[in-house]
Amino acid sequence: MQDDDTSNPGMLFVLDGEALWTKKTGVADKACADCHGDARSSMKGIAARYPAFDKALARPVALDQRINLCRTNHQQATPLPHESRDLLALSAFVAHQSRGTPISVGEDPQVKPFIDRGRALFTQRQGQLNLACTNCHDDNFDKRLAGAPITQGQPTGYPLYRLEWQTLGSLERRLRSCMTGVRAQAYDYGSPELVALELYLMSRAHGLPMETPAVRP
Amino acid sequence: MAALINVPAKARRGDIIEIRTLTSHIMETGFRHTVDGKLVPRDIITTFACRYNGTEVFRADLFPAIAANPYLSFFTVAKESGKLDFEWVGDNGYSSTASASIIVE
Repeated sequence: MQDDDTSNPGMLFVLDGEALWTKKTGVADKACADCHGDARSSMKGIAARYPAFDKALARPVALDQRINLCRTNHQQATPLPHESRDLLALSAFVAHQSRGTPISVGEDPQVKPFIDRGRALFTQRQGQLNLACTNCHDDNFDKRLAGAPITQGQPTGYPLYRLEWQTLGSLERRLRSCMTGVRAQAYDYGSPELVALELYLMSRAHGLPMETPAVRP
Repeated sequence: MAALINVPAKARRGDIIEIRTLTSHIMETGFRHTVDGKLVPRDIITTFACRYNGTEVFRADLFPAIAANPYLSFFTVAKESGKLDFEWVGDNGYSSTASASIIVE
């Protein structure tokens, strides 16, 4: 289902993103394509190194945050809401250009402290069930939780189409639903904690090929 | 709305061909409530039809239990070169079309 582009529902979002890429928007009346040109060449391999360090903000930003920064700074448009169809479509379209590229997050020394922060959060017990991410995704990844297999938490295909959601969703949404699952208060979308976790997971997946848009149960 | 269509580009006359369609739609059931208790109104695709050079070869009725972004696959016999037209019709005046061409030798 994932490998066949005509039956992968994530490709519907990639098609939408392709249309948005060339659509002029904002006060500056510019489209993504006006600066970045053809995404097929300019965006190739980009998603494989996100979240990446942003010099102006002095912290790493995720791909959808980068898209919104581009919107506010260069297109002078309003940022797209988290998990909105347009934002997911754009990030799916951009990430799709990196399909097959090995993930290279973690090579930049500037993000090192944030990866450490992510690792600390990953091993931090939380919620009423008092479980850390590592208790399932490192210690028991070969087992099952109820009927569903526990994964190693390799974020290679985000944003991905989850059959349970019946739509595309970001890695942040996936992390938040895991936190709700252990009865913890989930971090807000775009919070530095979620970006640190994303960064840590991506650095763990260093070398694995990107597969956006992936399909998962 | 975006649609993904898979029709073989070429076929031999008399061949049975598989046609796969995937379209973008939320397929809201009409049974769910918002957090403040309001019913979310039904918004689904109700019918799908495929015409092969103007002749209807496949039709389906869709219901609330069908998942978002409906995927339909069906078979027909390749008779002549031409065009396949697809049409999805749904609630709130929803209508979406797509087409694909096939060469029959």
